[in-house]
Amino acid sequence: MVKGKLHSIETLGTLDGPGIRMVVFLQGCRLRCSYCHNPDTWQLNNGTVITPEEIVNKAKRYKPYFKFNDGGVTFSGGEPLMQPEFLLECLKLLKEENIHTVIDTAGAGFGDYDEILNYTDLVLLDIKHSNPEKYKLITGLDIKYYYEFKDALIKNKKHIWIKHVVTPGINDSIKHMAEFEKEVNSFPNEMIKKVELLPYHTLGVFKYKELKLNYKLDDVQPMSIEKLNELKNNLKIEKLVK
Amino acid sequence: MEQWKSFKEGKWTNEINVRDFIQNNYKPYEGNEEFLEEATEKTKNLFEKASNLAKLELKKGILDVDTKHISGIDNFDAGYLDRENEIIVGFQTDAPLKRMMNPFGGIRMVETSLKEYGYEMPKELDEIFKFRKTHNEGVFDVYTPEIRAARNVGLLTGLPDAYGRGRIIGDFRRIALYGIDFLLEKKEEEYSKITLPMNEENMRAREEIREQIKALNSMKSMAAKYNVDISKPSTNAKEAVQAIYFGYLAGVKENNGAAMSLGRVSSFIDIYMERDLKNSVLTETEAQEIIDQFVLKLRMVRHLRTPDYNELFAGDPNWVTESLGGMGLDKRTLVTKNTFRFMHTLTNLNSSPEPNMTVLWSNDLPENFKKYCAKMSIETSAIQYENDDIMRPMHGDDYGIACCVSAMRMGKDMQFFGARCNLAKSLLMAINGGYDEIKNVKVIDGLEKINSEVLNYDVVLQSYKKVLEYVAELYVNTMNIIHYMHDKYAYEAGLMALHDYHVGRFMAFGVAGLSIVADSLSAIKYAEVKPIYNENGIAIDFEINGEFPMYGNDDDRVDYIAEEIVEIFSNELKKHGTYRNAKHTLSVLTITSNVVYGKKTGATPDGRKSGEPFAPGANPMHGRDKSGILASLNSVAKLKYENICEDGISNTFTVIPNTLGKMQRHRIDNLVNILDGYFVQEAHHMNVNVIDKEVLQHAMENPENYPNLTIRVSGYAVNFNRLTKEQQLDVINRTFHERM
Repeated sequence: MVKGKLHSIETLGTLDGPGIRMVVFLQGCRLRCSYCHNPDTWQLNNGTVITPEEIVNKAKRYKPYFKFNDGGVTFSGGEPLMQPEFLLECLKLLKEENIHTVIDTAGAGFGDYDEILNYTDLVLLDIKHSNPEKYKLITGLDIKYYYEFKDALIKNKKHIWIKHVVTPGINDSIKHMAEFEKEVNSFPNEMIKKVELLPYHTLGVFKYKELKLNYKLDDVQPMSIEKLNELKNNLKIEKLVK
Repeated sequence: MEQWKSFKEGKWTNEINVRDFIQNNYKPYEGNEEFLEEATEKTKNLFEKASNLAKLELKKGILDVDTKHISGIDNFDAGYLDRENEIIVGFQTDAPLKRMMNPFGGIRMVETSLKEYGYEMPKELDEIFKFRKTHNEGVFDVYTPEIRAARNVGLLTGLPDAYGRGRIIGDFRRIALYGIDFLLEKKEEEYSKITLPMNEENMRAREEIREQIKALNSMKSMAAKYNVDISKPSTNAKEAVQAIYFGYLAGVKENNGAAMSLGRVSSFIDIYMERDLKNSVLTETEAQEIIDQFVLKLRMVRHLRTPDYNELFAGDPNWVTESLGGMGLDKRTLVTKNTFRFMHTLTNLNSSPEPNMTVLWSNDLPENFKKYCAKMSIETSAIQYENDDIMRPMHGDDYGIACCVSAMRMGKDMQFFGARCNLAKSLLMAINGGYDEIKNVKVIDGLEKINSEVLNYDVVLQSYKKVLEYVAELYVNTMNIIHYMHDKYAYEAGLMALHDYHVGRFMAFGVAGLSIVADSLSAIKYAEVKPIYNENGIAIDFEINGEFPMYGNDDDRVDYIAEEIVEIFSNELKKHGTYRNAKHTLSVLTITSNVVYGKKTGATPDGRKSGEPFAPGANPMHGRDKSGILASLNSVAKLKYENICEDGISNTFTVIPNTLGKMQRHRIDNLVNILDGYFVQEAHHMNVNVIDKEVLQHAMENPENYPNLTIRVSGYAVNFNRLTKEQQLDVINRTFHERM
């Protein structure tokens, strides 16, 4: 029986897909994004061991709250695609229970995407950067893994919500935004249901101290909402949340 | 009858039957809130005057006391705030916010309260009450040493043995629909039917009905002082509201019970509003004006309380509970336009703890109404929700909520209020051989101290069951004494006159500290708990090794312990006969007293330190519900209402706005989903607070910037500024559900 490594479960998620979501935070991530606010999910060998049945049994307890607006279960992390076998089993069992499924990912996984997407209703796609060099700089990983997942998404015509964290001095230039716009618009229009720009915040910094990790953006201030709104106004993206 | 013109006739025409009148005449409303109107200039003027008085009161403690008269339906002259602008008139005394002395519950309470605020007790009053016995004296004449001991250490607390018991709702609508004269006629009929033999029951019945008749006459005379005649049925909406208000006012002039609730009047009033609107004698603006002014009056009810009382129930609460919405037995919704108008006062007159707005939630409520409720909760944090789908099958579709969570049929049921027993302290007594852990006195005989190094679950549970058996018997008997004496020395003639004579009676028991007991037993069962004994062999602290499941995470291992404990206690209570054959009910509710309970209770085996507050009501302990709101709600939802906790299960949930969603419409939809999802599991009650923690912290420092900041605490709402510092901190420290 396949088992997964769980970080935690949050039973009231309202920003992690449509309606009310039970959010399953899985352990493990290949990316080391400089602004990551969940460094405690990086290590794959940490966390609680859990079976897909246990996940689904928990999810069933929240069915009464999922009733409207397509509520359901969201797999987040960490990078949920780091545990493909476990994830797939969870998704299959959830679909047997008619529960709406979402994965919240940056696309840096270990394959089996066609099968996984077959049981996924919606993907929250975190686009870290559209420029290969900058991507590597922010995440520490080659952008090719993202492209691989992107191809699978397009092939499977999955509905996606795109999100993008904007950090001062790193990706808040007009030039960068133009590249981001191009990246978004490279997906078939009918796939994109929502695009969100998220301001960089510093609420997760304390975790670095707890984990005795070095925080690379110590000097960076939280993203100003005014500046972010200005950037948004210049973008030509149909589904952008203003 | 002229006043009933254009009403559809029915059973109600010949007998007192308000429900039948409503069912035959009301108009369900499934639309949205767009029709609502703003407050009028008159209302705004009045509101400003009332707000200024309230500010002055907050500064002084109380505004004034009438030391010339004592409580009674017709013992005060008319009082006004601003005659020119007042559409609905009447105050408890001859001036707004001026409090009265109510000596019938207990004369010492009056003396202590007066002293606290710098007033002296009038000599005549002291003299008179040397000859006139009070409820309090009666009770203490009978209390046994065992009861006194349990009361003294705080095993049984908050008992209504020195003040009014409250929680009795007159069916005030009867005055509007029938007029006092018809009610008098019916009471005379009831009276004349009770004949020989003159046994205790019949003599009591004749005496009580006589008292009720006197009370009805006093109401008429009280209204006449305001130049209003309530002897005949009301002819229009304004008169109907005024009549209802006079009925309510009679109740709070006569009694100082903790909870003096309003009942379920909004949709009844709507029938009059609809008739007047149809006849073009009323505009929507005027309809709202009537309701705004009615609500403003309800916000100005005050009683003279002692400092001890305020520590238990902060912020001058009166539980002027109005039950809103719900569904009819015939599946039509009982939501009317006037339900919206009532809630709209929170917009027109700012958020406020009173009246205690209680939405009877059903899965079948109109979507527009559900969304409006959620919106108002998000904006004001002033609304509580109770499950109509589980109460309707038991109480029909014309029940109201008294106090926080106590359901009763309007005019047909009443309750003997019984505060609560401290379940956590009971558990410590089970460990400490019947000794109180703080005062080191023996309270329960025949128990052995558990002197083991590590606590054994079966041993502790067995001893705990013995304690619960003892406490239940003592508790029922204590209540019997209290309510016998209350009927004898402080009978609520005015409120009972607005009931059928033969009423259903509930004896409402309560528990505090349920989550502590569940977690403690779970710790003993799943981890290793070592008591730390003092020199007298009493466990004063506990050392816990290992993990254990905690209540509030939707984990059956511990949630079932909570369920089992209330079931055991409920069954124990039912073994003992009650005064007037009242039906035993049980609540899991603390109001703000969770702080005081905590102070009086030593360290518990769940890791809670001595003196730390309990969780309010049925809530999980602070910070222990680590899986998010829904898991916490699911744990509480497992406690059974029917047959076990029929007096209500209170759950307070506090969420920051962002947790509900980013956009207002998402927040509204999500809150509706949460309410639906919770109640469909047969959960009973939910207080909803939607507020940022920083706002509360800021309000603690700068109260003047937040004059209307309202927050719901177990079963009622309170103005945040009127909580004690300790209570404010307790609210802030309580689990705020937020995530990054």
